[in-house]
Amino acid sequence: MPELLEIKGLDARYGDFQALYGVDMTVSAGEVVAVIGANGAGKTTLMRSISGLIRNGADMVRYRGNAIGALRADQVAAQGVALVPEGRLLFQSLSVEENLIIGGQMGRKGPWNLRRLYDLFPILEERRNVPATALSGGQQQMVAIGRALMSNPDLLMMDEISLGLAPVIIRQIYEALPGIVGEGLTAIVVEQDIAKALSVSSRVICLQEGRVSLSGKSGDVTRDAISRAYFGV
Amino acid sequence: MDWLNAILQGTLLGGLYAMFAAGLSLIFGVMRLVNIAHGDLIVLSAYLALTVAVGLGLNPMLALVIVVPLMAAIGYALQRLVLNRTMGDDILPPLLVTFGLSVIIQNALLTVYTADPQKLNAGAIETASVPLGPLTVGIMPVIVFAAAVGVIGLLQWMFYHTALGRAFRATSDRQDIAQLMGLNRAHVFGLAMAICLAVTALAGVFLGMRTSFDPAVGGTRLIFGFEAVIIGGLGNLWGTLAGGVILGVAQTVGAKIHPGFQILAGHIVFLLILAVRPRGLFPRMD
Repeated sequence: MPELLEIKGLDARYGDFQALYGVDMTVSAGEVVAVIGANGAGKTTLMRSISGLIRNGADMVRYRGNAIGALRADQVAAQGVALVPEGRLLFQSLSVEENLIIGGQMGRKGPWNLRRLYDLFPILEERRNVPATALSGGQQQMVAIGRALMSNPDLLMMDEISLGLAPVIIRQIYEALPGIVGEGLTAIVVEQDIAKALSVSSRVICLQEGRVSLSGKSGDVTRDAISRAYFGV
Repeated sequence: MDWLNAILQGTLLGGLYAMFAAGLSLIFGVMRLVNIAHGDLIVLSAYLALTVAVGLGLNPMLALVIVVPLMAAIGYALQRLVLNRTMGDDILPPLLVTFGLSVIIQNALLTVYTADPQKLNAGAIETASVPLGPLTVGIMPVIVFAAAVGVIGLLQWMFYHTALGRAFRATSDRQDIAQLMGLNRAHVFGLAMAICLAVTALAGVFLGMRTSFDPAVGGTRLIFGFEAVIIGGLGNLWGTLAGGVILGVAQTVGAKIHPGFQILAGHIVFLLILAVRPRGLFPRMD
């Protein structure tokens, strides 16, 4: 039985600039893995590589045993991988509800639909007909998460969902997280806030300058090991 | 009364210009592609309608049943096989490739159909008219104008009330994120070009029924289309209709002042509007 996600020797580049060097990582079904690291360590590149926004060697990324490293993002999405991108990146010409609907346009079966999302984030139902970019930052983040959930993914990746949000909003969003990752969903959470990352995850990976500098159980890693892996000192 | 008549005829002519422009507006809106071959594709549609109408002995209006889906298929194939390869951050390659396409279409038409002017013969309806108070309105221009309003209304509805329109808007906003939603950009662009050329087919047939055409007239149609889009404001389809009407009225009023002044008057009004409102009258796109 292959792991849900298996990354082996992933080298990813933007044009001439190489951002990841030989990254190895596995994610088993049902777990929450946190990816931490300083700015520019390659976290977002890793997310973009898994989702197909950056295309790499086919064998570098395997999903349910299938080589998906070279697929287009829409082909990866069709297999049940969803990304909440850093900076939310909502569709500005679409209303809140349209942003959510387009997330579900592949028609994958699963527990998530508009009704359940509105139960999770009631404010979105109230504001469903306004342009998505007219919402506050926290509400926009809810739309971004909802848009990803609407595809009923098996693997949900969230890239810095607390970036630029007020602490109270961040708490609100993270409080919704257990309800989201129950039901067998597997998640990768990219987070700057290390304490937050450790508290929601079962395993943690730290990236430093494009390489994995630490990998272990979230409960076992020491503060010391993390700061060494984070800053390389 | 002559002036009123000129304005009325110009308004109806504007419907045709809006149809030249609607496809340009659509594909620019969805994929930021400026299609220099658009005018030649209009002329190509007119020739295809001519072949169908003469070959099968059909009225050109009935030929639309064949020409519209045919042009849509050509549009999809053109986008998938040629134009998608040119799309990227650089806007120059699509300009150059569509310019080349324009030259190829013109010369292919010249080879197949010669340089002789042709006309689509729609029969008695071409000259039929109804009195409207002191004025007389041609049936054909009214049909063309109504078709333009219908096409733009339909495109508008498609854009804002269907899943396809949602996909167009999402792809237009953020191509990479739309891809994350499972939308294949290459296919979405192909569909946009298919719809664009379906509208173009309609425009080409109406053009061919209104005036004679030869392989070289596409460039002027492209200019009229561009002017209508820009007067109306980028990304606004009803604005494009308004732009077409303004251009049409400017031309007929110009012709009223002096017959040689017709085309120039349209360009001058376009320039004036561009000088005062560089983003057009009703811009919706940044």
